[in-house]
Amino acid sequence: MPHPDLIVVGAGIVGAACAAEAAAAGLSVEVLDSGFAGGGTTAAAMGHVVVMDDSEAQLALTALSRRLWTELASELPASCEDERTGTLWIAADEDEIELVRRKAAVHRARGIAVEELDAAALRDAEPMLREGLAGALRVPDDRVVYPPNAARWLLERAEARDAVRREREPVAAIGDRRVETASGTRHAGAVVNAAGAAAAALTPGLPVAPRKGHLVITDRYPGFCRHQLVELGYLKSAHGRSSESVAFNLQPRRTGQMLLGSSREFVGLDARINRPLRARMIGRALQYAPAIARLSAIRTWVGFRPATPDNLPLVGRWETVPGLWIAAGHEGLGVTTALGTARLLVDALLGRTSEIDPSPYSPMRAFAPGGHW
Amino acid sequence: MTSGRVRLRLNGRSTEAEAGVTVAAALANAGMAGCRISASGEVRAPLCAMGVCWECRVTVDGEPHVRACMTVVRDGMEVETLAAPRASRRTPDDAVGNVEPISCDVAVVGGGPAGVAAACRAAESGARVVLLDEGPAPGGQIYRRRSGEAAPEAFASWLDRLNRSGASVVRGAAVYDAFASTPPGGWRLSARADERVLALAAARVVLATGARERFLPFPGWTLPGVMGAAGAQALWKSGARLAGRVAVVAGTGPLLLAAAASLAKAGARLELVAEQARARSLARLAARLGASSPARLVEAAGYRASFIETPYLPGWWVAEARGRGTLEAVVLTDGERVVEVPCDLAAVGYGLVPNLELPVLLGCETRRGAAVVTGDQASSVPGIFCAGETCGVAGVEVAMAEGEIAGAAAAQAWRAGDTNSRRLVRVRDTGRRLALAMDRAFALRPELRGAASGDAIVCRCEDASFPAVARCAGAREAKLATRAGMGPCQGRVCGPALEFLFGWDSDTVRPPVQPATLGALAAADDAVAANGRKTSEESA
Repeated sequence: MPHPDLIVVGAGIVGAACAAEAAAAGLSVEVLDSGFAGGGTTAAAMGHVVVMDDSEAQLALTALSRRLWTELASELPASCEDERTGTLWIAADEDEIELVRRKAAVHRARGIAVEELDAAALRDAEPMLREGLAGALRVPDDRVVYPPNAARWLLERAEARDAVRREREPVAAIGDRRVETASGTRHAGAVVNAAGAAAAALTPGLPVAPRKGHLVITDRYPGFCRHQLVELGYLKSAHGRSSESVAFNLQPRRTGQMLLGSSREFVGLDARINRPLRARMIGRALQYAPAIARLSAIRTWVGFRPATPDNLPLVGRWETVPGLWIAAGHEGLGVTTALGTARLLVDALLGRTSEIDPSPYSPMRAFAPGGHW
Repeated sequence: MTSGRVRLRLNGRSTEAEAGVTVAAALANAGMAGCRISASGEVRAPLCAMGVCWECRVTVDGEPHVRACMTVVRDGMEVETLAAPRASRRTPDDAVGNVEPISCDVAVVGGGPAGVAAACRAAESGARVVLLDEGPAPGGQIYRRRSGEAAPEAFASWLDRLNRSGASVVRGAAVYDAFASTPPGGWRLSARADERVLALAAARVVLATGARERFLPFPGWTLPGVMGAAGAQALWKSGARLAGRVAVVAGTGPLLLAAAASLAKAGARLELVAEQARARSLARLAARLGASSPARLVEAAGYRASFIETPYLPGWWVAEARGRGTLEAVVLTDGERVVEVPCDLAAVGYGLVPNLELPVLLGCETRRGAAVVTGDQASSVPGIFCAGETCGVAGVEVAMAEGEIAGAAAAQAWRAGDTNSRRLVRVRDTGRRLALAMDRAFALRPELRGAASGDAIVCRCEDASFPAVARCAGAREAKLATRAGMGPCQGRVCGPALEFLFGWDSDTVRPPVQPATLGALAAADDAVAANGRKTSEESA
């Protein structure tokens, strides 16, 4: 049997996107997953497709990726629950209104549509929010998708171009243009480690650590809220690297369900529900949206974001192992940035020039002079 | 109390209902066939009638997603059916911060026969006991009755005993979380009872969570008029009038006889009873009962006598339900012949399965769908005891005996050598052996898997279809890909069906194991956190 051009390890949203992009570029592709497509961190993700501007590099990758999702929107089947909900970045007080202004300027400079909402306009946009909030930045083109089915659909696209999917096929090790599985060694022209939270176990030295988060989903309340709601304080709390943190993040699903996040903690792969932290998370949300108190919560779960020290993903060649490429470490933005990641990765594999500078995402940046971890 | 009447508004129209009946019964009596609109737009009506399936959700006094089968009518109540759920009209504050801390020696979850017996014995042994029961009054499904109605004679003496025992009983309490105390040494239960959130601390816990009906999908089973066999019985016990309904009873197990007897007593026109087990399995079982437990045979004969003019057909099962909007006929088959029987009520249930959410959440070992216990009903987790159907479906006598044993053991007062103790153990062990024989006699035949094929809906909460689910390789994959098991029943209906159809284990149990408001989750868990902080300060 001829070796494929590319083996993708991991059939989460990132691996699936890489497989689809590579297959579309004419490469022969094989995708391996220890479980099933979209069953890991992807299954636990919110699926918020959002432009983020913590850094220039993050803004470039999220903006590119959101554009790619928007281009796909008309093709996504109903099971992917794609919806252009927009995002409201909520300012609790006048200090945060200053953040709205700054954020608006940054977005506009990149040609990204935004609207600044004052207190009255915010009440109009989401009447269920509490009174007294100062305003918000509305990013109308942000979207929501249902991640596990988006991953499946991307894989099906790859399969339509003859990619091969092997589920329940755990990879024990990745070597020089080969992977070791229970059924033997598989060779390829190149290997991509897209194993998400498990990526570091397969490529020692990769700076990826699981960052646990909780989500709670409610029963159906159609029309309760229309936008994905995120507190501007999120920018502060989400990226603190110390212990536990929570932030208000509420998402209306296509089904009419409300999906509530978020929490962050570094506790390894302990999948138990942290009840006090979940209580803090809900408590935080109640400060913005007291009306959610009476919504019926039907399920809680946790997921493990593959976090990196500088909050940027690791995309590109891993130079210490020949033929090994990395597409991992997407933290809480894997769904958003999967498509941009895949584009950058395949550009690099084929020696094409990318439309954004790929160097900030290079997995080798840790080892560069001045590399800061 | 049961003789009075209350005034309700049903979809804006004023109407009367008998006091003490459930909203589900009142709706049925008002001739309203549907409760809610499903994810794919179908009209749905009660299936289980005992709080498990969430098909009977209606809006009550502005509160959406209320189970009609678990809610007793009140004067002035406003009920809306088939309405798009909106967020509650009530102010949010009453759902937050209203936590009631309770502490006790023994918490008993479930107010059926096992739970009541456990609470009695534990309290009589001197323990401070709290019994949490989701129903409007203790008795479980077997002694279900209208609110305020006297219990049947067989159970009334137990209720007297419960009243005298000193155990405190919380009615309408849905336990949605359970976990070990921090620091270790006891257990925490979170429950919702009306507007209250209970944060219970107990040294030991008896789980008497009972069983639910097993449903197997077949085309048309989501039509209003198709119910469980136990479900139809429960709806009648809750006050629904079934006189004049044209009924078919089908499925499997001894429960079919009891359900058919109830429907006959209720005045329904019973067309036939279809038992999927083969005649020769039943004959073998009858011989076994005749030799070892003639009383059970007499009981069965008594039920049979009450619908003696109705055919009882072993080896037949439901292949399909037909109707435009509501049930008009069922199609029955024995694998070769096919008959269509016109009816407006099909009571179809495939036996009972233990409710294991709480034992699994607490880490108790389970085997073949039941909690594993030692001779004194101790689970594999120290301090947690299980009794009754939780340990495998075996009926009321076993449940009572196990409840007594568990209650005494949880109160640390179990004396294995006593005459009375030996009697309880004998009742339990004999009953458990008999239950195994029953399980064999009523084992589900493989042809029932075929009845699910076609485009039958498998998950009624999310309307996931059989073909979509069948493309997946396991329960979790099916859940993520098709939404099967993602609804408010949390897989209680489709889980056992998927296990039978595909051999799939159910997905992980996580809290809340019952829907609970976000306010309740925040408040109860925050109380736990505060208590944890206090305790660690005290010990520091």
